[in-house]
Amino acid sequence: MSTTITQTTVFIPTPLRAYTDKNARVSVEGSTVGEVLSNLVTQYPSLKQHLYDEKGNLRQFVNIFRNDEDIRHLERENTPLRAGDELSIVPSIAGGCGA
Amino acid sequence: MITTQDLLDAIGAHGERTYPEECCGFLLGEMGPEGNRVVALHPVENRQEGNRERRYVITPADYNTADRAARAQGLDIVGIYHSHPDHPARPSETDLAEATFPGYTYVIVSVKQGRAADLTAWTLAPDRSRFESEPIITAAAQPA
Repeated sequence: MSTTITQTTVFIPTPLRAYTDKNARVSVEGSTVGEVLSNLVTQYPSLKQHLYDEKGNLRQFVNIFRNDEDIRHLERENTPLRAGDELSIVPSIAGGCGA
Repeated sequence: MITTQDLLDAIGAHGERTYPEECCGFLLGEMGPEGNRVVALHPVENRQEGNRERRYVITPADYNTADRAARAQGLDIVGIYHSHPDHPARPSETDLAEATFPGYTYVIVSVKQGRAADLTAWTLAPDRSRFESEPIITAAAQPA
């Protein structure tokens, strides 16, 4: 019996590369999106506060894409990963002068 | 941030075109030890539904398009700009509540009665508690 360990490439937005030793892409183990993200912030602990809020949930503005699909339209953090899948961290950007 | 007067003028011109609504777009360039160098703009549509005079939204799809455009030029997304029609060029409470990652340069241009006025740059404090003013250094455009 063999165990396959899935490695997923995670693309890191420019400002967060300050916390990933300047790497624009990081290869992380895990069979679901949640596992990969958890292993990512274990590998780079200072990244955690920028992706997760105080309650441990992904920040509202943080979107995770598996290949070209938003995981909110899949199985969120339980979304499974196969060899060759890529994850992107994509911010929703908003603001303005009024409430 | 380090940029050129031409690009600062182009941000103001975008704000004038969309006035009285807010404009928005990306700053493309590179992040370096001396700060964010901005060498190109990627304007996007304000996707806010209603109240675009006071709010702006950039969707993940528009981010992905901008990111691909940046990489095709050997650049990165290093910040975001937007306008404050008839409001000061200072981050609002909404801007702080919606802020993304420290490290991006946030440019705000005030557009007063249709004319671009003050333009300022900001960066989110590492603890996300506030925006800090970021100096704007204009340099002559570098030859391609």
